[in-house]
Amino acid sequence: MAGVKPVAFAWTRGQVLAVCVGLAYLAWSLAGMDVSAERLATGWEQGARFLGRLFPPELGKMDELWQGIQETLQIAVLATAAGLVLSLPIGLMAAANLSPMPLHVAGRALIAACRALHPVISAILFVKAVGFGPLAGILALVVATVGFVGKLFADAIEEISPKPIEAMRATGASFAGVVLFGVLPQVMPRFVGFATYQLDSNLRNSTMVGIVGAGGIGGALFAAFLRYEYGFVATILATVIAIIVLGELVVNGLRKVLDV
Amino acid sequence: MHANATAGTLRIEQLVKEYRPGQPVLKGIDLAVSGTGLTSIIGPSGTGKSTLIRCINRLVDPTAGRILLELQGQRVDMAQLRGSALRAARRHIGMVFQEYNLVERLTVLENLLTGRLGYLSAWRAWRRRFEAEDVAYALELLQTVGLADFATRRVDALSGGQRQRVGIARALMQRPAVLLADEPTSSLDPKTSVEIMEMLREQGRARGIPVLVNIHDVELARRYSDRIVGMTGGRIVYDGPPPGLQDAHLRQIYGGEAWLA
Repeated sequence: MAGVKPVAFAWTRGQVLAVCVGLAYLAWSLAGMDVSAERLATGWEQGARFLGRLFPPELGKMDELWQGIQETLQIAVLATAAGLVLSLPIGLMAAANLSPMPLHVAGRALIAACRALHPVISAILFVKAVGFGPLAGILALVVATVGFVGKLFADAIEEISPKPIEAMRATGASFAGVVLFGVLPQVMPRFVGFATYQLDSNLRNSTMVGIVGAGGIGGALFAAFLRYEYGFVATILATVIAIIVLGELVVNGLRKVLDV
Repeated sequence: MHANATAGTLRIEQLVKEYRPGQPVLKGIDLAVSGTGLTSIIGPSGTGKSTLIRCINRLVDPTAGRILLELQGQRVDMAQLRGSALRAARRHIGMVFQEYNLVERLTVLENLLTGRLGYLSAWRAWRRRFEAEDVAYALELLQTVGLADFATRRVDALSGGQRQRVGIARALMQRPAVLLADEPTSSLDPKTSVEIMEMLREQGRARGIPVLVNIHDVELARRYSDRIVGMTGGRIVYDGPPPGLQDAHLRQIYGGEAWLA
């Protein structure tokens, strides 16, 4: 025992090993990706030329722009609404403290499946399934919404205080009564928080599903790239940025009004 | 006005509860309670007081035994009920909890109305449609428990004593045939504890129903009970009026002596 000095906050051998492995992987990846000083220099040059061609922004195609933007907003709002409506029952179903075992596992599996695919990948799948256009985009973002809000909602339900639930069961309340008056009041503020976050997220995602043909401004953006209309690209990008910033302001305002 | 004489009459026979097979917490409890009066159950922590009281409204499922309760002229065995029959029986059993068990984000009035959830169809619950009569009764009860001005306050803005009054009022909303209270004063200061015990006794008397209270504080139990039940090791070792409870009994119930001095 003597001679062993107690050390506070010491690194364990495992931690040192983990950091070394991490650093080694980074170095190996960098070597394999052909990222050299030379490559950075040519990339820089090309980037500067591209940036130059974005200006001046093309302002003559407002109709096409407006149509795309409108579709994007509609996709975002519709997908958020439909996704939230689905997330409520699926989240309830997936919560281990309310659902019987098989239902809870099925709910969790459904949510995991929705989360597994990036919106772009599910958008490609839906384009193949239901054809080009905004319907595919809406479906893709509904899936994303269920994956995100459903999971967080289920987690929130699992963290509620069981005490009021017990009291309501003791009054002879039905399951519906317990959920409506014991569970929902405890999780509703958080659900509204998830919902506004997802609206924000869907606004961004809906500008992108168009790239794979699922409707919205993304389609126009991609077409402009292909036609080397960099001026129009600049206009679209500026508009998208403006909308996202505006959307965030609206969502923040919404949160204040709803007091969450 | 009063419930009929037999309503709320409770007879527990050979009640056994094992959370783990072979390790009974309750080892064959026999207990009969009838008429008006406050019965206190005292005993050390972990002796099954809470389990006993929760078996009555089946928040805990008993392993064996009968829990016979007179409700609306019918005798039911709570131990055998399940599903909607169990929910229907629970509507007549009020319960007050140590930590109040209120919904923090709802108002006082809304918390009271949850006492009527057993009578609300899912459709009406969804639309939050409570009977006007229930709302009127809730306001009346708030007057009774001294919280008339608090109807629209959110519960998370209330003190412990106020919350427990809301808890009592919620139980009374059920127009219960029997009132259970699980350590109703353990989270409260001495002065508030006295007020809560007084309220439980008075409300039980006013409604002509039996009140069953788990309590740690022996002095408080002596002061407010018509009858004291002492439990230790999952068995009843004293059952009688407060004056009959001697130091010898307390030694048997709690063990040791230093605390008696």
